[in-house]
Amino acid sequence: MFTAIVFLPLLGFLIAGAMTLLGHPVAPMGAAALGHGHDDHGAQGHAADAHGHDDHGHDAHHEEKPLARPAELVTSGLLLVAAVLSWIAFVQVGLGEHHGAFKVNLLPFLHTAGLSVDWAIRVDTLTAVMLVVVNTVSALVHVYSIGYMSHDPDRPRFFAYLSLFTFAMLMLVTSDNLVQMFFGWEGVGLASYLLIGFWFQKPSANAAAIKAFVVNRVGDFGFILGTFGVYWLFQTVDYDTIFAAAPSMAGKTITFLGMQVDAVTTICLLLFLGAMGKSAQFLLHTWLPDAMEGPTPVSALIHAATMVTAGVFMVARLSPLFELSPTALTIVTLVGAVTAFFAATVGLVQNDIKRVIAYSTCSQLGYMFVALGVGAYGPGVFHLFTHAFFKALLFLGAGSVIHAVSGEQDMRSMGGLKGHIKLTYLMMIVGTLALTGVGIPMTEFGFAGYNSKDAIIEAAYVGDNAVSGLAFALLVIAALFTSFYSWRLIFKTFWGAPRASKEVMDHVHESPAVMTVPLMVLATGAVLAGMVFSGLFIGHAYGEFWKGAVFTGANNHVLEHMHHVPTAVKFAPFVAMLTGLIVAYVFYVVNPALPEKLAASQQGLYQFLLNKWYFDELYDFLFVRPAKAIGRFLWKEGDGRIIDGFGPDGVSARVVAITGKVVALQSGYLYHYAFAMLIGVAALVTYVMFGGVR
Amino acid sequence: MGNWPVLTIVTFLPLVGVAFMALVRGDDDLAKRNVRVIALLTTVVTFLVSLLIWARFDPSNPGFQLEEKSGWLGNLFSYHMGVDGISVAFVLLTTFLMPFCILASWDSVQNRVKEYMIAFLVLETLMIGVFTALDLMLFYVFFEAGLIPMFIIIGVWGGPRRVYASFKFFLYTLLGSVLMLIAMLAMYFEAGTADIPTLLAHGFPLQLQIWAWIAFFASFAVKMPMWPVHTWLPDAHVEAPTAGSVILAGILLKMGGYGFLRFSLPMFPLASEMFAPFVFTLSVVAIIYTSLVALAQEDIKKLIAYSSIAHMGYVTMGIFTMNQAGVQGAIFQMVSHGFVSAALFLCVGVIYDRMHTREIAAYGGLVNRMPWYGVAFLLFTMANIGLPGTSGFVGEFLTLLGAYRANTWVAFFAATGVILSAAYALYLLARVMNGKLEKPALAGILDLDWRERAVLFPLIAATVFYGVYPAPILNASEASVQAMLTKVTAAIAASSKIALLAN
Repeated sequence: MFTAIVFLPLLGFLIAGAMTLLGHPVAPMGAAALGHGHDDHGAQGHAADAHGHDDHGHDAHHEEKPLARPAELVTSGLLLVAAVLSWIAFVQVGLGEHHGAFKVNLLPFLHTAGLSVDWAIRVDTLTAVMLVVVNTVSALVHVYSIGYMSHDPDRPRFFAYLSLFTFAMLMLVTSDNLVQMFFGWEGVGLASYLLIGFWFQKPSANAAAIKAFVVNRVGDFGFILGTFGVYWLFQTVDYDTIFAAAPSMAGKTITFLGMQVDAVTTICLLLFLGAMGKSAQFLLHTWLPDAMEGPTPVSALIHAATMVTAGVFMVARLSPLFELSPTALTIVTLVGAVTAFFAATVGLVQNDIKRVIAYSTCSQLGYMFVALGVGAYGPGVFHLFTHAFFKALLFLGAGSVIHAVSGEQDMRSMGGLKGHIKLTYLMMIVGTLALTGVGIPMTEFGFAGYNSKDAIIEAAYVGDNAVSGLAFALLVIAALFTSFYSWRLIFKTFWGAPRASKEVMDHVHESPAVMTVPLMVLATGAVLAGMVFSGLFIGHAYGEFWKGAVFTGANNHVLEHMHHVPTAVKFAPFVAMLTGLIVAYVFYVVNPALPEKLAASQQGLYQFLLNKWYFDELYDFLFVRPAKAIGRFLWKEGDGRIIDGFGPDGVSARVVAITGKVVALQSGYLYHYAFAMLIGVAALVTYVMFGGVR
Repeated sequence: MGNWPVLTIVTFLPLVGVAFMALVRGDDDLAKRNVRVIALLTTVVTFLVSLLIWARFDPSNPGFQLEEKSGWLGNLFSYHMGVDGISVAFVLLTTFLMPFCILASWDSVQNRVKEYMIAFLVLETLMIGVFTALDLMLFYVFFEAGLIPMFIIIGVWGGPRRVYASFKFFLYTLLGSVLMLIAMLAMYFEAGTADIPTLLAHGFPLQLQIWAWIAFFASFAVKMPMWPVHTWLPDAHVEAPTAGSVILAGILLKMGGYGFLRFSLPMFPLASEMFAPFVFTLSVVAIIYTSLVALAQEDIKKLIAYSSIAHMGYVTMGIFTMNQAGVQGAIFQMVSHGFVSAALFLCVGVIYDRMHTREIAAYGGLVNRMPWYGVAFLLFTMANIGLPGTSGFVGEFLTLLGAYRANTWVAFFAATGVILSAAYALYLLARVMNGKLEKPALAGILDLDWRERAVLFPLIAATVFYGVYPAPILNASEASVQAMLTKVTAAIAASSKIALLAN
C-alpha cells in the first residue's frame, strides 16, 4: 500500500507526460505560423481576457490538445486513490499499535565506499501525517485545476508537473536516509521550477523560476555539506542508525573549515540552511513571493501547503539530532521568529492578493520553526498540518477570486465582490478565521489555526533557550499583523464599492463546482482539523500517536509546561487577533482614507515595507551583478588576456617573430607534431634495443 | 570463443571498417551513403563485441583481466593489453558513444565523408587502445597518436577559426607530451621494464616520483583540462563539428583522469600525497572560476565547454582525495559526464544543423515548436547540474563526500559549484528554450526527427538508469580502486614511518 501511495503519482506523471508529447500538434510550417500567432491573439480576445493573468501569451497555438481531458482525469484519479490510501495509512500508523516504522526496501542505490543507501519507503507517524497532507491537498488541487486551468491549452503538461511534484514530495517524506531525502528535496525543487515557469513565454515567470531554483540551491549547498558531516560522523546516512547513535555523539567535536567545532551543532546548522532555503526563511525567503508567478493551484499546493513545509519536516524528522544541540535549536528559534515577524510586516502593505498570502505563508513557516526551536515538535508539525488546509484554502479561494475578476490580482482593483461570489467569499472567511486563529480562549474550540498557533505561542513562552522570550514577543506581534493583513485582504477584496471596471464586474461569476467542491473540503479541514486532531498531535494521546517519531530529549518539558502557562499568555494571541481585526475594520471599512494618510505620513517606513525590506535590490547588488561581472572579467581578462596572452598566443607570437615564415600553419604543425612524436618513439626504441644488447 | 583476444578485437575492429571504406570509390551520393553505413555498422558491431568485455569482466577481481601479452622488441616492450575496474567502464563508454557520433554526422558532414569517417574510426581504435594498453610504450603511442585524428577533424571539418583552435590545442599538448615521454624514459631506466603491471608494483624513489609526477601532470592536466591550462578547450569545442565535440568531451577529456588513476596515483603515491593540496586548489579554482565564466558566455557550445571544465574539476578533486568515495566518484563522474556532456553537445548540434549559429541570442522560445527537444535538453541540463535521480548527481555527490573527508575547505568551496552550475545552466535554458518564439528565422524550426531521437533517447535512458541504479559502474570499479588505494595508503604510511625513524 505504501508503495502504491508513492508511485501512483509517478505513474500519473509518466502517462500525462507521454500525453503532453504525443498530443502536441504537428507544427505548421514556415512563416505562416508566426503571422497566425498574432492574429490569433485578437481572435481569442475573450478567452484571453477571461483569464487575464493566465494570459501568459501562449498565442502561438490556442487549439485544444487532443489528450487534455484524459491526462487530467488520469492524474486526478490516481491522486484521489493515493489520497484515500494515505488516510488509511494514517489511521493504521497513527492510531495503530505498531511501534517503530514500517519499511519497504525498493532498490539498492549507492553501495560503495562504506555507503549503503537504498531506495526505500519508511513510514512512521510523522511520515503518515505528511502523506495525508501531501496527497489530500494534491488531490484537491488536481481536481480544482481541471476547472481553473480549463482555458489553458497546455493542461496535460500542467498535470504531469503536478504529479511529478507529488511523487518527489512523497519520496522526500518517505525517505529512510538523507540521500533519498535529498533526492526528493531536489525533485520538488525541479517540479517547483517547472511549475513556476509553467507559462514559459512570460519573462517574469522564467526569472522567478530560476530565482527559486538557485536560491534553493543555496540551501541545498548546506544540506549536502550537512549530509557529508553526518556520514563521516556516523558512518551512515540511514535515519534509524543515526538516531540510535546520536546520544553518544553529543559533545564530540569535528574540524570544519579549520575550526574545532561541536559536531552535532555544525551538522544541524548546515542541514538547517537547507531547511531555510526550502521553507523560505529569513535571508533565503526572496524566491517565495516571486514564485507566485506560477498558476494559483501551484501556489496552493507547492508554495503553501507542502513543499515549503519540507524544511519543517526535515527538522522534525531529525529531531533526535537537533535535540542534542541547544545552540542549533536557538538559531532555529531565532530564524523562525524573525521570519514570522519580518514576513508579517511586509504582508501588511502588499497589494497583490497572492503576495499577501505568500508572505503570510512565509510568516507561518516561521511559527513552525519557532515551535521546533523550543523543542515543541508536536505543535510545530501540528501547525504544518492545519496550515496546509487553511492556507491551501486561502490560495485556492484567491484563485477563485482571480478567476471571477478576469485575472486581476491587484486588490486595489477589487472590492465589493461579496455579493457576487458568495460561496468563495464564505470560503475565504473560513480560511481567514482559521489563519488568524479564532477560537474561544481556555477551551479547545476554535478554527484550525487557533489550536495549533496558540500552542506554538504558548510553547515559545515556556521555551528555555536564550531567544524564546524574544520569539514569544515577535510571534504575538506577528499574530496581530497576521490578523490585520488577513482582514485587510477580505475587506479590500469583498467589501466596499467595486473598484474594477464595469466590463469586469459584469463578468464576475462564481466558479464551477469542480473548483468550489475542493474549497469546501478544505474548508471542512480548516474548521475541524484543529479541534479533532489536537488531542493526538499535542494533547493527551501525544505519546501513543507519535510513538517516538518526533523525539524529545529527557530534559525537554516544553509540552508539559505549555499547558500551564498564565492566563494572560493564553489570551495574548486572542487579544492580538482581535486588535488586528478591529484595526483592519477601522482602516478599510470605517475610514478607508486612513491607510493612505498613514502611508503618506510614514513614507519611509511604508516604502521600506512595500519594497520588502529591499532584499531583492540588496541581493541583486551583492550577488547577481557581481557574479555576472566577475564572470565576464575572468573570461575576457583571465582567460583572454592573461592565460592566452602569456600562454599560447604569446608563445605563438614569439614563434612567428623568430621564424617569420609560418606557412600552412595547420598542416605544418600537425606534421611537426607527428614527426616529433615519431622521433621520440624511435629514440626510445633505439635506446632499448641497444640497451637490450648490452 | 572463450579464448578470443577480445580486447584486441575490440580495439582494432574499427580499422577493419576503415579497410572496407578504402574499397569505396567515388564521391557521389551513393558512395557517401555506403561510407556512412559502413561506419555505422562498424561502430555498432564494435559496441556489441565490447559488451563481451563487460560480460566476461569479473568485478570482484581487483587485478587486470582479459590480459593478452606477446613479446615485442626483444621482450622489453611488449604488446600487453588488459582491463581492470578503472579502465573497463571507459572502454565501454567509448564504444557506446561512437555510433552516436556517426549518426550525428549523417547529414551535417557532406564533404570528404570518407576521410571524415576514417578519421573517426582510427580515433576509436586509438582511444580504446589508451584504455586497454598495459605497456608504457603502447600507451604512449595510443595516447599521443589519438590527437592526430582529432587535429584533423577540427582542422578540416571545423568552423571558421579552426586553424587557430587546432593550433592552440597543439601548443598546449606539445609541452605535456614531451615531458611525459622523458618521465617514461626515466621510469624505464629505473624499473627496467615498460610493463605497466610491473611498474605498478615497483616502488619508485621519492625524487623520481616528484619529477615524474610533475611531468605526467603536465600532460594530463592539459588533457583534463585543469585550470589554468584549459583555454584550448572552449575554442576547440566551438570550432569542432558536433561529433568532434562529443568525442572531445565524452572521451578525450577522460584520458587525463584515467592517466592520473593509472599512473600518478598508484606509481607516485608519495608525490601525489605531496601535491594533493596543489591539485585541490586548482580543482576548486576551476569549479568556481569556470562556472562564473560560463555565466557570462554568449555562445552555447562555449558555455557547455566551460561547464565541462568545472565538472572535470570535481574529477581531479575526487581522484586526489585518495579515498574510496572520492576516487569512485571521480570515475563515475567521468562516465556520467561522458553521457551528459556528449548529449548536450549533440543537443547543440541539433539546433546548429537547423540554424547554423551557436549564438545564444539567436535563439529563444524553442520549446514552443520543439517539445521533444525541450524535454531532452531539460533532462540533460538537470543531469549536468547534478540533480539526484540523474547520473550527474552520483559522481558529484561521491567526489564531494570524499573531499569533505580530505579537507572541509575543499568540499565547502567545491560545493558552491552546486549553486553556480544551477545559475548558468538554467540561465542558458531560459534564454534558448523559454520565452516567446519571436525570431522570424525560428518560425519554421522543426522538432527532433527520427535520427536525432535515436541518438538522444538512448542517452536519456543511460542518464536516468545510472542515476537511479548506479551499481553496475560502481561495482565494476570498486575492487580495483580499493586495491589501489590500499597500496597507496600503505606506501604513504611506510614512508612517514621511515621519516619518523630518520628523525
